[in-house]
Amino acid sequence: MKGHASESYCLGIESTADDFGVGIAKFNGEILANVVDTFVPETGGIHPREAARHHAIVADKSVRQALERAKISPNNLSVIAFSQGPGLGPCLRTGATVARALASYLNLPLVGVNHCLAHIEIGKLETGTTDPLALYVSGGNTMIAAYDSERYRVFGETLDIALGNCLDVFAREAGLRQKKCVPLGAALEQLALKGKKLAQLPYTVKGMDLSLSGLLTAACAQLKKGEHAVADLCYSLQEIAFSMVTEVTERALAHTEKKEVLFTGGVAANKRLQSMLATIVEEHDARFFVVPKAFATDNGAMIAWTGVLAFTNGIVTPIEESYVKLRWRLEEVDVPWMT
Amino acid sequence: MDDLIAPQLIKKGAEASIFLADWHERQVVLKKRLPKRYRHPDLDKQIRTYRTIHEPQLINEAKKAGVQTPTIFLVDVRNAIIVMQFIVGKQVKTILNEAAKTEREEVCVKIGKSIGRLHKHGVIHGDLTTSNMILTPKRKIFFVDFGLGEKNPELEAMGVDMHLMRRALQSTHFRFSEECFKAVFQGYSDEVGANVAKNVSEKMVEIRKRGRYVSERREEQ
Repeated sequence: MKGHASESYCLGIESTADDFGVGIAKFNGEILANVVDTFVPETGGIHPREAARHHAIVADKSVRQALERAKISPNNLSVIAFSQGPGLGPCLRTGATVARALASYLNLPLVGVNHCLAHIEIGKLETGTTDPLALYVSGGNTMIAAYDSERYRVFGETLDIALGNCLDVFAREAGLRQKKCVPLGAALEQLALKGKKLAQLPYTVKGMDLSLSGLLTAACAQLKKGEHAVADLCYSLQEIAFSMVTEVTERALAHTEKKEVLFTGGVAANKRLQSMLATIVEEHDARFFVVPKAFATDNGAMIAWTGVLAFTNGIVTPIEESYVKLRWRLEEVDVPWMT
Repeated sequence: MDDLIAPQLIKKGAEASIFLADWHERQVVLKKRLPKRYRHPDLDKQIRTYRTIHEPQLINEAKKAGVQTPTIFLVDVRNAIIVMQFIVGKQVKTILNEAAKTEREEVCVKIGKSIGRLHKHGVIHGDLTTSNMILTPKRKIFFVDFGLGEKNPELEAMGVDMHLMRRALQSTHFRFSEECFKAVFQGYSDEVGANVAKNVSEKMVEIRKRGRYVSERREEQ
């Protein structure tokens, strides 16, 4: 890989939202460590400052653990990568501070990584895809992107809230609680399996984009009315929202004519959405790939690996330019390794 | 439907298959919305029926507004089939990527004018991409695929329609998307008037801001 020895290592730090992750990737693509510590609020959603405080507390322990698991010493590292955006300000700043401290103390180069790109790149690494149509769905993002002439292009996306956010808010309204190691979306998926009756909820597709805020409002209103069983509403919300996502993905697939579809991000763990997507991919004679569960939710390994790709292609981020970018869009990122 | 001769599949789209057939000595397009295995059967039926009924209605409304659209010959709601005029021409998607600057501008201004006419008439296309526009040898632009459209006079709907147009240009014609959108907006403004155009433009900024990670929100941090 352009004169960099395969014994070189990159440590990556992820801290865009409620997960603090530290990953270590060898330059040849081996993932040696992937430590994730999730902030679990007692009630409600993620408060950015509380999550950031959690990240600051667990940072030191997580970095040590990652180095132990990778069985390397800090002196073996060649580069430090961190997720520079998009995400929640206080959380991003905490991760960036840790990364800057490590880089200056160890006298190593720093690479700021785009979080959305990292989800796609780790998916490609783990599934062996090279030029997929990527559906990236998580708590903060819902987008369909593919590479075309120097950049990733976003063909479809949510016009308002992300799918994971929509499911999480509804799950909390329905009385489900987040536990360590069991994301809210997984709890909702379990309950939805018991649902049978499809409730009437709005279906909003606009071109290759979709809108989920109206659907969430309507589902919550139905919940308060109490005319449907909670399981039926969980089932209906999933069916309607997933049908919308699958329809826009199929539109993007027909439009781009890509031959691989990669499903990545936290919601990629959902079996129902996986099965829906598989049917359309088959109809368009493409191949379907799902990111492995360990790399589906936010993690440091994806940042470390994308850091390797960037660094070995000559991209570094000087400390004075390492400020976090809360609204950093995927289309703005250079990806020289794709050409 | 029995008088349709030798339908041949010409395009497998995302939600419908397009066939070319002969019908009373003319070439026609047959658009069939196929059931989707992934959808709940009730939802699937609902969506296909709704779109099969609304698309021809909107195509006719668009005609009344002075926008070129294919003539509808037959509608079979039960089987979700629409039979319509075959438009000979080239997809605007291909033309924009091949044409010189002046031709691109000419085509984009025309597109903008047509969108303006639709909006003045309360018709929202719902899927404004350059794949859904055909340029004929006589240099007229035909709009097709109104499946996601609606009759809606509200500024919000107009704003979303134009937002989608801009996004489609950004993802598919990224080399000159801003130049193209400028021309589209010029044509649009000529048609709807400067006041409406200004309101739509402001609405578009508001719509962009609803997205989570967009640059327009930077100044608010």
